[in-house]
Amino acid sequence: MAYVRPVSKTTWYLAKRSYTVHMLQELTSLFVAIFALILLWGIGALAGGPEAYQRFLDGLTGPAMVTLLWVTTLVMCYHAIAWFSVTPKAMPIQHGEEFVPGSVIAGAHYAVWIVLSLIILFLAGVF
Amino acid sequence: MAKINKALFWSLFAAGGTLTAFVFPVLALIVLFAAYGSPPEIFAYEAMHGLLSNWLVKLVAFATVALALWHAAHRMRTALHGIGLRADGVIATVAYGLALLGTVLCAYFLLLI
Repeated sequence: MAYVRPVSKTTWYLAKRSYTVHMLQELTSLFVAIFALILLWGIGALAGGPEAYQRFLDGLTGPAMVTLLWVTTLVMCYHAIAWFSVTPKAMPIQHGEEFVPGSVIAGAHYAVWIVLSLIILFLAGVF
Repeated sequence: MAKINKALFWSLFAAGGTLTAFVFPVLALIVLFAAYGSPPEIFAYEAMHGLLSNWLVKLVAFATVALALWHAAHRMRTALHGIGLRADGVIATVAYGLALLGTVLCAYFLLLI
């Protein structure tokens, strides 16, 4: 019988840095879910009328929500950077004989991300 | 059928991952202003209601929330498999079931606005 190297089913991703990074990227989805639920909560409150919506706005305030949203914002930035960095591998673009360099594809995504974020901030009236 | 499902769930995961990467950081930042008690003008009931009364905005809001939920459901399923949970059938049913529930609720709320 061939030797099978024992691999832990529960802690294998701690064995190598790239595995750990992969697992961290998987965990960003927890914050995607949390923020989607906050948006859903807000949309539901808006549908419920002005009083329900005011309760939503009141519910957003406070140190616990500030902490949660800071962590969410930072984790979402990490998600965006990680996601766009692997986009060239998931979606390679061929131009003639050559493939478009990954850095160009990722760079284009970063540029669109930054411009789009600034436009949304402007439209929201932040500045 | 299983192969079609696999492609479908992966497509939703990929679309949700891309959409959330583009807009969730800035949206979370904007909601953070509201958490500090100084929401931008757009958070006023009249302004937000007016914005989400527009059908195009409704559609964008629906796509954003729904795809985010399907993205998260699929990725949490693979993450739970990764940390050693092997009840994949149950996990998949619960994860996609919750994403479906959220999708239906989102559509229902948006139609009420």
